[in-house]
Amino acid sequence: MTRFLLKRLLGGLLVMWAVATLVFFMLRIVPGDPLAAMLFDVDPAMADVLRHKYGLDQSMFVQYIKWFGNILQGDFGTSIYGSRIPVSQVLLEALPRTLSLAALSFTVALLIAIPAGIISALKKDSTWDHSVTIVAFLGLSMPDFWLGILLIIVFAATLKWLPAIGYVPISEGFWPWLEHLILPAIAAGTAFSAIIARMIRSSMLEVLNTDYMRVAQAKGLHQRTLILVHAFPNALIPVVTVMGIAFALLMSQTVVIENVFAIKGLGRVLIQGILNRDYPIVQGAILVVSAIFVSANLLVDLLYTVIDPRIRYDS
Amino acid sequence: MSHPDSASNNVSLDLPTESASARPSHWRLLLRDRKAQLGLLVLGTFILAALLAPWVSPYDPNSMEFDMLEPPSWQHWLGTDDLGRDLLSRIIHGTRISLFVGITTVAIALFFGVLLGVWAGYFGGWLDTIIMRYIDLQWAFPNFLIAVYLVAIFGTGLSNVIVAISLAFLDDFARIARGMVLSVKEEQYIAAIRTVGASNWRIMWRHILPNISAPIIVQATVSVSYAILGEATLSFLGLGVEVDTPTWGLILSEGRSFISRAWWLGIFPGLAIMLTVLSINFLGDALRDALDVRETKTL
Repeated sequence: MTRFLLKRLLGGLLVMWAVATLVFFMLRIVPGDPLAAMLFDVDPAMADVLRHKYGLDQSMFVQYIKWFGNILQGDFGTSIYGSRIPVSQVLLEALPRTLSLAALSFTVALLIAIPAGIISALKKDSTWDHSVTIVAFLGLSMPDFWLGILLIIVFAATLKWLPAIGYVPISEGFWPWLEHLILPAIAAGTAFSAIIARMIRSSMLEVLNTDYMRVAQAKGLHQRTLILVHAFPNALIPVVTVMGIAFALLMSQTVVIENVFAIKGLGRVLIQGILNRDYPIVQGAILVVSAIFVSANLLVDLLYTVIDPRIRYDS
Repeated sequence: MSHPDSASNNVSLDLPTESASARPSHWRLLLRDRKAQLGLLVLGTFILAALLAPWVSPYDPNSMEFDMLEPPSWQHWLGTDDLGRDLLSRIIHGTRISLFVGITTVAIALFFGVLLGVWAGYFGGWLDTIIMRYIDLQWAFPNFLIAVYLVAIFGTGLSNVIVAISLAFLDDFARIARGMVLSVKEEQYIAAIRTVGASNWRIMWRHILPNISAPIIVQATVSVSYAILGEATLSFLGLGVEVDTPTWGLILSEGRSFISRAWWLGIFPGLAIMLTVLSINFLGDALRDALDVRETKTL
């Protein structure tokens, strides 16, 4: 068990190292020196001084080692656009916003998906079941940013129930925080819930057909116990696997949704960085987004052993 | 021997009592499917709109001669935008970029992905290891995120977006092709062809490829819909094509500031994206049934 987790952890770190390395070298190989933007309009003598200052006159390999060493110490360099604040500070401010959004989207998605999936499995081929399928299909075909816009049109612009854009930290009160995240969370969580609901449905259908379910039924167990205690936990196992993939979707969705709702999270930092050609920011944001992603997958592996005690990973 | 339709041959080999001709052709099966019919109808309309855009769109998509933010009317079926441009004309012209990017990127990804996958799977060895290490790394991340990363590296604009999306989808095809090659290459008929003295090249492209094409075709269809979504999203984020070309994502992004006064700017371009993606997904679903393919990656 520990050995398996250690192995997965090492694998995750390897992925992170590969991402960091690829991003570092690709940003420098592709035409358009990452710091050309910064040195633009600077007279040649000054440019040389700057190059020396930032270590750009050294070989790429030396630069890479230095850069990597700095990252390990949490130093991502400074933003080269506008106010020259440390990248780590920008990322640190953005992180809780992205995590809040992701957590809430996840919650919203599960709140929709679990009942929808269970009910459509229990009432297979009913109108309810078919409508869940259709909604799931629509949810997957709908661009998430468009769903965000639709939600703004209906709930913010027309009904004026919720704010259209922005973010308020949870330290300024739970409701203001939640109120700003409800629409973004629904926009980001819908496609996610569609996938999970479909998965729960097919997995539940399989479980309902097993012998142990028939035994449980024959014992005369209450319907609710039957479903919630015997069927659902067993149906969850394959769902957790997909959860990892679905989380991938959620993560790329938060990148987009943050831009729709003007939440200055990692996704918005990344996109703004790309638009401003602010390479230190772009590198830092890519690394942190990837790190969240890799750790989420690790978490899924861990969850897997908790849900299914039969899995030990020792073999 | 093997011929392009040998997916059904394999089935008849498993079930010797059933003759190959008893099974209707894939096309028949596909066209009988209600979802496929609907998908083809909607997609066909969009393809026609793209091809005939200059003739079917009522006005010049970039002409600013009309009243600003006019709601839908007989003159302007879908209303006008904040610069007084006809929304319907812009959406019709936007179809071109969407479908073009969706189809080219998947064509590129399919070509190179299958090439890499078949090569790696057939020859194995260190080349296989290197190719698959990279493919696995990319596979670990969602395609859209990879596309954003690549745009971050290559820069924005139409050609860079095409390169980014193509690369982002490459791993799906490489993995499917490699996996299928690994399972097909040990089949007896391949050994038989080899003893006859066929070259590796011939075995790969004439005998293995036709046998692994079904899942690749299904994956390609699904990928087109995700590539279209990806392009629209990148355009929406401002990372896509240049500002003077109307694309669905860009129209939505430009209209975003006015949606509280002009709902049509927020509704119709998104509807166009959704209908296109939905119709391709319907088609993909029907293809999956018709070709009897189980697994594809949809993210």
